[in-house]
Amino acid sequence: MNIALFLQMAAEACPDRRALSHHGKHYTYAQLFGAAKRAAFHFSTANCKFVSMLDTSSPAAPIALMGAAIAGVPYVPLNYRLSEEQLVPLFERISPAYLISGTRDEAYDFDDWIVQDSADFLHDVLTGEEMDVTWNEDPAAVAVQLFTSGTTGIPKAALLRHEHLVSYILGSVEFMGGLEDEAALVSVPPYHIAGISAVMSNIYACRQIVQLPDFSAREWLRLVAEESVTSAFVVPTMLTRIIEEIDTAKLDPKTFSTLNSIAYGGGKMPVPVIERALKLFPGINFTNAYGLTETSSTIALLDPDDHRAAIDHDDAAVHARLGSVGKPLPSVEIEVRNEDGKQLDPFESGEIYVRGPQVSGEYDGRSVLDNDGWFPTRDAGYLDDHGYLFLSGRADDVIVRGGENISPGEIEDLLHQHPAILDTAAIGIPSEEWGEVVALAIVVAAAHSITEEEIRSHIREHLRSSRVPEVIHFTSELPYNETGKLLRRVVREWFRIEDD
Amino acid sequence: MLKPGTRLKSAVCDAEFMIIKAGASDELTCGGVSLDESTDPVEGNADRMNGCVIGKRYINAEETIEVLCVKTGEGSLYCNDEELMTKDTKKLPSSD
Repeated sequence: MNIALFLQMAAEACPDRRALSHHGKHYTYAQLFGAAKRAAFHFSTANCKFVSMLDTSSPAAPIALMGAAIAGVPYVPLNYRLSEEQLVPLFERISPAYLISGTRDEAYDFDDWIVQDSADFLHDVLTGEEMDVTWNEDPAAVAVQLFTSGTTGIPKAALLRHEHLVSYILGSVEFMGGLEDEAALVSVPPYHIAGISAVMSNIYACRQIVQLPDFSAREWLRLVAEESVTSAFVVPTMLTRIIEEIDTAKLDPKTFSTLNSIAYGGGKMPVPVIERALKLFPGINFTNAYGLTETSSTIALLDPDDHRAAIDHDDAAVHARLGSVGKPLPSVEIEVRNEDGKQLDPFESGEIYVRGPQVSGEYDGRSVLDNDGWFPTRDAGYLDDHGYLFLSGRADDVIVRGGENISPGEIEDLLHQHPAILDTAAIGIPSEEWGEVVALAIVVAAAHSITEEEIRSHIREHLRSSRVPEVIHFTSELPYNETGKLLRRVVREWFRIEDD
Repeated sequence: MLKPGTRLKSAVCDAEFMIIKAGASDELTCGGVSLDESTDPVEGNADRMNGCVIGKRYINAEETIEVLCVKTGEGSLYCNDEELMTKDTKKLPSSD
């Protein structure tokens, strides 16, 4: 069992079909597979324990992923935005490695390492003789190692074995399900699980991947038109910016008539944004995908029919599903449990547990699955009475005020609906009286104004009084990482500084 | 023994397979000929040449065996003399 099998099958079934497009250059499946085999040869003769990639998206990423898979060497894409201080400790954990790097290679002149410029690597593997290499067949070999973003501490190395990733793809993608003229625009970075799964699922579907290395809404829209893109995956902040760009540039949505589906995930989508998107693009199928690195990407989906039903329906329960992440994939089980591990009833909030063949739940060789194979996601949420899953934030983000658990999502969801509020984050700050109290960061919408007292009375009117914030901080922007994850740690710092 | 991940070539046609799941004593045949890991090409059993298709997963009724066809061929897959059928997968919208 080996994820490179997906590429081999695509190259077997449609060798001349377009597999990849990057900066206007195109590559076929036969070319990619040939390159992956040559890369595998380089990797297996290099005596390195890891293959690492430190660069923006380019054809080097899928080739290195598949080449490392064939060679049976773990592939470790790294975040190219990290500082040298952040990178060095990660390098120590993957030594010796075959490092394919964008520009900063001089700094990484380690003993026993092979450091190669991405362009040189590509040149080496795209040309040359047909290589016959021995394949790794061990399903339990590590295919991909991803360092978590470390928003709560030292980055953890999540391990994904071939068996997990193969289960995910076989269970969710139909081989050659893509048509010849389909193209998927991939703008998530290559070190993110969504970037990895986009490569695997589109290759298995034999659907062309159009790479967008540095996301900007303008460039995204230009590529959709130029490459006749039919589908795309975006994180919520990207969708917000795309809509803004369409509005400011007064673009006619008809310009993007080839686009028929957009999947989104990687962070919580504010309901007003998806409502706006559904109105702007009535012909597009929207899918909300919920997944984690440790679960080989998607575990639950809110499908296009669910979106349409939610937007058309007057029934509050059905309409609310627009804020849901949908139902588990057929091979995945989801449970919500309380702190004592007891399974909860519908609408009761707790921690989300997941089980299935695609779930790895393993860090640095240490499994966090329980005895029955369940993975504690550390995400908090609940299921409704029809099995739709709702997220309310990270379990660690829950605000405990005088023994009462408050989900930041409850307050944020309410405020996101307010026309004067563009963005908001609710966090817990220490309180002598209550243990913790609510603090709010608010970004006021352009051409609007709102006072602290108006915010407090709005919350008091709709939610329990314990949700009313003790402190409110107005800001021009909230801190997000590049995949749209709110950096609550940074927001907490603001209130700590205000304290002093 | 058939282990998950094992790749097998048919002796009667171009077909190739990968084992996803199998029992220790299961015996797989393609076109009536055992899927040994290395067999010289032979003539297949004409009654068992209904074909297999790349990308399809083949299972028995109990789903104790599951095989992915990774290269199309003319032979059909049998396990312990029971013809395998294709596994229907729920069509899901693309999520990445």
